[in-house]
Amino acid sequence: MPPSLEMRDLTKQYGTFTALTALNLKLEGGKCVGFLGPNGAGKTTTLKMLTDMIFPTQGECFINGLSVQTDRKRALAEAGVLIESPEIYPSLTPNQALEMVADLRGIPVPERPGRIRSALEEVKMTDWADKRVGRFSKGMKQRINIAAALVHDPSVVILDEPSTGLDPRGMAEVRTIIRGLKKSQRLIFMSSHILSEVVDVCDDVALIDRGKLLFYDTLPNVTARFSDGKSSLDLQFARPIPPDAIPGRIGALPGIGDVTFLDPRRLRIKYTGGVETQERLVESVAQMHLGLLSAAASESALEEIYLSQISRGD
Amino acid sequence: MATAQVTEAPIRPVATPDSLQQITKLTRFQLYEYVRSRRFVAMLGIVAIIGVILTALVGHYRGGLVSSNIAFYGSFWGGGASFLVVLSAVIFGGDAIAGEFQNKTGYFLMGLPIRRATIYVGKFLAAFLASVVVLGFYLLILLGNGVFYFGSGALPWQLPVSLIIALVYLAAVLGTTFLFSSLFKTSAYGFALTAILFLIGFSILQALIVDLVHIEPWMVISYANSSIGNIFNPTVNWGIFGTITTTSTRIGRAAVTVTTYTAGIAESIVIMIGYLLVTAVAGLYLFEREEFT
Repeated sequence: MPPSLEMRDLTKQYGTFTALTALNLKLEGGKCVGFLGPNGAGKTTTLKMLTDMIFPTQGECFINGLSVQTDRKRALAEAGVLIESPEIYPSLTPNQALEMVADLRGIPVPERPGRIRSALEEVKMTDWADKRVGRFSKGMKQRINIAAALVHDPSVVILDEPSTGLDPRGMAEVRTIIRGLKKSQRLIFMSSHILSEVVDVCDDVALIDRGKLLFYDTLPNVTARFSDGKSSLDLQFARPIPPDAIPGRIGALPGIGDVTFLDPRRLRIKYTGGVETQERLVESVAQMHLGLLSAAASESALEEIYLSQISRGD
Repeated sequence: MATAQVTEAPIRPVATPDSLQQITKLTRFQLYEYVRSRRFVAMLGIVAIIGVILTALVGHYRGGLVSSNIAFYGSFWGGGASFLVVLSAVIFGGDAIAGEFQNKTGYFLMGLPIRRATIYVGKFLAAFLASVVVLGFYLLILLGNGVFYFGSGALPWQLPVSLIIALVYLAAVLGTTFLFSSLFKTSAYGFALTAILFLIGFSILQALIVDLVHIEPWMVISYANSSIGNIFNPTVNWGIFGTITTTSTRIGRAAVTVTTYTAGIAESIVIMIGYLLVTAVAGLYLFEREEFT
């Protein structure tokens, strides 16, 4: 059975204000899903209902098929949760805090030291393992919170803006952690304001605004759907590219559209045909030996879609 | 409904501890948190100061206080224990639930596979045990003095019974502080309300009921705590109904009748257990419905 998250007809009202309206979303399998939306869109509300921190006015949430609302304990047993940058009891050290989590989750005693050490290594906090959390910076606490969400090796990971409070290096490390989780077939549902982060680590994207789901699809499909059927790929090179080197040579490939120079070392290529075209495109450019460093779905494309979809509701 | 592709991934069997085990674990960690906190050190400091003052006073004045072991333990323990129970309960329980919201430590626990009731009971037991340590420290000072004046064989049987009553009172007061703590999401409100209620409010309420309504104030928890000291009285009322004493005096031309009520031991325990049950159920009900917004 693959890991899964499901929100069924999920609605939340505060008096006359509707924070979330009949959200239906089903996520399955090992991947990372970015949950996007402006402030007050309903992202955290959704994640809190997914973890039983607040109660739906209507509807239900399921983790691996178990209802969070009626069977919270079993449902949350398989999930690693990080909501709202929680505070850890200040007198505890990271080792003790993770020991508490491991103990309450029922991780067998012989396994605990290894799991805790591994989780702390993953968030680069081993040097601080025996210092009191009360003296930590916000970023350091956030790392411990991430370690706490991962210490039991969950199949489902729910993260509410995990990069909050982290410096650029910490943000990069969070991305590395998430990529690692994807490799081990975890389902990650992550809210974020940082579009570059979403583009970098997420496979699928869900956009929510004013409590309503605007769309949910794979990242290439989203960019294709809102860009006249075309996806965008940003290529980064080690050295400046001759102006006619690439357009002339890859223009013949099927599905390739506009090629734009963002700067002498960066290109944006629009294409149709989804992942197959993307794969062919990257292979072809790599074979040209022009110093290709990276190829990533265009962040600005997602940004344009984000802004256009959000402003449409204004 | 929006869906996406399925990728197979193994889901391992989960063996989350049962709620009773989780209560034990949470209590242990919470107690550890209390014991390492400044408030705990402050409480022990307060007890030490009270102990030193009482020791010095008894040593200096002696007199009636050390005329008998009953009088000594009754005065020393009966007076101090009630105050320390209230103070400990306010210090450890006043923000126990409200603090989880304000300090956001609740978000750390709420992401775990643990029932809300488990969190509530675990925190309650930790606060109870931390208060017991404080009371125990006071008892040690008392016993030190008692052994010094009367020897180790002069421990009155009333002392352990009074200790049990004090523990029941502690549970009742903590139940009430947890209930009020559950009403707020700000620690200061939780502290302030419980402190005002227990240090002033219930006493005023009790006086008003006696003086204005002229009935036994059995519904006020502070009425019950007198049994902690009364048990050392040779004519103690063990019953389920309180003792009513009426005295009449003349002040000038006016005749003044003063009625005092003294709770029976069984009555006190029933009041305390009643408070514990009602406040525990109400507090738990509130916490179960509280949202971490």
